[in-house]
Amino acid sequence: MTVVDSDPQGAEAFSSSVVLEQTAAAPETLLASHDMPEQSQITREIADLHADAERRVAAGERLPATLYDFAPYRSSILRHPTKNPRLVDPETIELWSPAYGQRDVALIESDLTLQHTGEPQGERITIEGRLLDSWGRPLSNQLVEIWQANAAGRYIHQRDQHPAPLDPNFTGAGRIVTNDDGHWKFTTIKPGPYPWKNHVNAWRPAHIHFSIFGAAFTQRIITQVYFPGDPLFALDPIYNTIRSQKDRDRLIAAYDHDLTVPEFSMGYRWDIVVDGPDATWFEPEGSEA
Amino acid sequence: MATHDTAAALAARLDKTHAASPGQTIGPFFAFGLNYPKMHEVAFPHSDGAIVLGGTVYDGAGHPIPDACVEIWGADSDGTIPRGRGSRRRDDHTFTGFGRSHTNDEGHFEFWTRNPGSVDGEAPFFAAVVFARGLPDKLHTRIYLPEDAERLAADPLLSSLDEGERATLVATREPDGSLHFDIRLQGEHETVFLTY
Repeated sequence: MTVVDSDPQGAEAFSSSVVLEQTAAAPETLLASHDMPEQSQITREIADLHADAERRVAAGERLPATLYDFAPYRSSILRHPTKNPRLVDPETIELWSPAYGQRDVALIESDLTLQHTGEPQGERITIEGRLLDSWGRPLSNQLVEIWQANAAGRYIHQRDQHPAPLDPNFTGAGRIVTNDDGHWKFTTIKPGPYPWKNHVNAWRPAHIHFSIFGAAFTQRIITQVYFPGDPLFALDPIYNTIRSQKDRDRLIAAYDHDLTVPEFSMGYRWDIVVDGPDATWFEPEGSEA
Repeated sequence: MATHDTAAALAARLDKTHAASPGQTIGPFFAFGLNYPKMHEVAFPHSDGAIVLGGTVYDGAGHPIPDACVEIWGADSDGTIPRGRGSRRRDDHTFTGFGRSHTNDEGHFEFWTRNPGSVDGEAPFFAAVVFARGLPDKLHTRIYLPEDAERLAADPLLSSLDEGERATLVATREPDGSLHFDIRLQGEHETVFLTY
């Protein structure tokens, strides 16, 4: 049965655990649990798992940048594969990506402050960078989509029940197609930190979700960009699904004063690098067990 | 292009200069950012050769996942790689090969598309990628067409799998011509996911 759909306020889902059991698993904001762990426990689990990953890498194991088996991110427990992914040679279709162009987006869609009749609340920012492959080559004509919470940390989504104000002048979704140099740029509002019910007093660091296509479909990624100096980094299980500090640092935009717009906005720079496919070039097909 | 590289190209591959940005979960609130009209209509529903490809995304407890996003990318029926633009703004006749479907409250995704043809003589499949709340990064997989036993048997990936694993990658053809393909993120019949 679909309680959530008929009950956009989520009140019914909160009313009894029986309803929750009959309903398909709901987003974090509906999952208030009686036995939520403390932040100190989550922080300890994160430290232990990072240390374990380091040991495995030191022992020669090849681990992905993002750990799937990362228990502090409680929602992932039933939702990640338990087997290692199969190493395959990409076939032709996987070495191409869908073609995008100006027909797919309008210029104005990259300015999230112009989508309503009034001015959105909060700190205006421009965030820009380049889309590159792992050889530093720019990827042109690729679609970049973003979505985010408003300055108060609230998403314009009916299932977001965080009691922070919605901003009638901010939707928080935008898109652009990279230019010939792989460059993209958004004008938006800096998102606020956001509470979620993974554990007691769980807050996500401020972030913007990025959806990115590469030159090959194997390079397709969805990720999140964060802002420098956020005190929530060490506390957040999602950010810490990335096992190494240097990879985590790659998702933090750099404040760049040259990118500020005088009398208008703060400026951040963030380059996105998509990888591969290259893993199979070192071993013949089928040798992987 | 699935064949092995030349020595020069291999050297180039070893010569990476930039570390990749890691992936992160799509989160629970992606719909307003990633939705667009007709995103699941890879082929116009009333056009010749249009078929439905659908299924359910399940978690490790066998429950459907209502906040997942599935994308497919495939060749046209004659095996050509689509280069038409407009995946995000459909004109109802250009076949762009790419589609996106968010799962509904029953965890169901669905596309209108065409049967992909064989590219370079290989077994035809859709390249697929799965995102979900609670899934730390994307998952790649393939959705093979069930016909053409000879090509399926010759496929390097499928032939490297045991029978149970192989079954997770081959769609079922329904009597009305549609394709059914369930995705299990975890558990006994866990879908085989790929890395390149």
